[in-house]
Amino acid sequence: MTLSLNSVKRVAELAYIETNENEASAALTQLSGIFNLIEQMQEVDTTGVEPMSHAQDVSQRLRDDIVNESDQRELFQSIAPQVEEGLYLVPKVIE
Amino acid sequence: MQWEIVIGLEVHAQLSTQSKIFSGASTAYGATPNSQACAVDLALPGVLPVLNKGAVERAIKLGVAVGGKINSPSIFARKNYFYPDLPKGYQISQFELPVVDGGSLKIQVGETEKIVNLTRAHLEEDAGKSLHKDFHGMSGIDLNRAGTPLLEIVSEPDMRSSAEAVAYAKKLHSLVRWIGICDGNMQEGSFRCDANVSVRHKGTEKLGTRCEIKNLNSFRFMEKAIEYEARRQIEIIEDGGSIRQETRLYDADKNETRTMRSKEEAHDYRYFPDPDLLPLEISDEWINNLKATLPELPEARRDRYVATFDLSSYDAETLTSSRELADYFEAVVKQLPTQAKLCANWVMGEVSGRLNKEGIEITACPINPTQLAALLSRINDSTISGKAAKDVFNSMWSGEHAGDADAIIAAKGLKQMSDSGELEKLVDEVLSANAQQVADYRGGKQKAFNSLVGQVMKASRGKANPAQVNAILKQKLA
Repeated sequence: MTLSLNSVKRVAELAYIETNENEASAALTQLSGIFNLIEQMQEVDTTGVEPMSHAQDVSQRLRDDIVNESDQRELFQSIAPQVEEGLYLVPKVIE
Repeated sequence: MQWEIVIGLEVHAQLSTQSKIFSGASTAYGATPNSQACAVDLALPGVLPVLNKGAVERAIKLGVAVGGKINSPSIFARKNYFYPDLPKGYQISQFELPVVDGGSLKIQVGETEKIVNLTRAHLEEDAGKSLHKDFHGMSGIDLNRAGTPLLEIVSEPDMRSSAEAVAYAKKLHSLVRWIGICDGNMQEGSFRCDANVSVRHKGTEKLGTRCEIKNLNSFRFMEKAIEYEARRQIEIIEDGGSIRQETRLYDADKNETRTMRSKEEAHDYRYFPDPDLLPLEISDEWINNLKATLPELPEARRDRYVATFDLSSYDAETLTSSRELADYFEAVVKQLPTQAKLCANWVMGEVSGRLNKEGIEITACPINPTQLAALLSRINDSTISGKAAKDVFNSMWSGEHAGDADAIIAAKGLKQMSDSGELEKLVDEVLSANAQQVADYRGGKQKAFNSLVGQVMKASRGKANPAQVNAILKQKLA
């Protein structure tokens, strides 16, 4: 599979990463290398092998449904750029 | 050419846990902004999600209740998009291997039953809230809701009318409350519905292009929005146009839907398994233990009412529309086991009607089941007429005589005339005063008979037993 410069730009846009032409080309080369590696891996016959959903073969630990966090709003908001009426302020949301 | 509407629903049910799905912050509604948003909910660097057992249990319960398949392992995925109320830049959701696959719900529209199949039900976290208020050109963000556990329940496109969609949504709403996994409060957003609507010519297999209508926060709006949307699509196609796949918002004030975002600008969510969360293993033992905690399900209760109380499936369906209503009915019928139909009629009629009118829940009903049973037993033993019973009911509702039916009957003198001598005397008086109607009846006019019954009832001031009046009149006019 070959990756196009446009797909690199598209992925960057989706990830909110600003790229210029040079960076996009460099990323294209690097990503193509990764894709080549994946292509090689796909040649391995994996018939009958169950796909893993995590690199470690252990299962998720669960916590009991208990509230154990207290209100630390003041502490958290002390590092926020802008707050008002207890809210975090962000550039206007338009939709 | 006849059109067919095709509807599938996505419901987000907020699970009734104390704490969030991946953190120990409280989920209580209405708290001061950001007072329940901890480091995990804020996505501060270095935090890790730890899955809430209570949320998984609730998802499993739903799966068992709808007869779905519980996946083990079940895995979590990241759904990537940028929005200020989503601090991580992704929502933890499920993509492959949701907790529940498949299952179905039986709905009833009028006298027709129908099975609606479920596609899946998956766990995910809710986002925070952007406030509409303007803060000198900035938006305010409250992250209290961020991380609240949701179960997204997705149906197949099995519904063919707005009525079916509403019946399904109501059924699901009742079920999640019945099994205690969601409080169902639609005003507070605990039960949110989105509808996928498309139209096609009846008889065709291929689905039309669909539009998703977001945030239908009442059953009434859902019905209107679907009807509007189907009409809109049909008009476009009939005018030679085609439907654009998009997300639309329902505006209740204008009763219309409008574009929110089109598919072209739709997000590419780039789902991938969340490396912060390991596969969730759900053992059969765990499932069975949870199954044992489930109450008798609405379906089973409904069937039992039909089988043991000889009620119609419509009545049984109505009575099992909520667990509280069903419990109330059963408490009444327990005291009048031979009069299930009478009990059902009163619970569905007078009681439900009055509750609706006053906008209160059955749990707050001023007349308790024992008091209602006492009243119904007086109809049953012919002490009072059905009409008088409604009078007594109203007095009981307003708490007269501490809701004691017998005391109210006595105080109001509503006891039916059981003395047949006295009643015969009344009938004779009415007959002699209404010679014309007597002649009409004898001439074959059934209407005249009813009029005579009415006259006797009136003369008795409602205290006569209508069945008895009928019998005496028939006998005298024979």
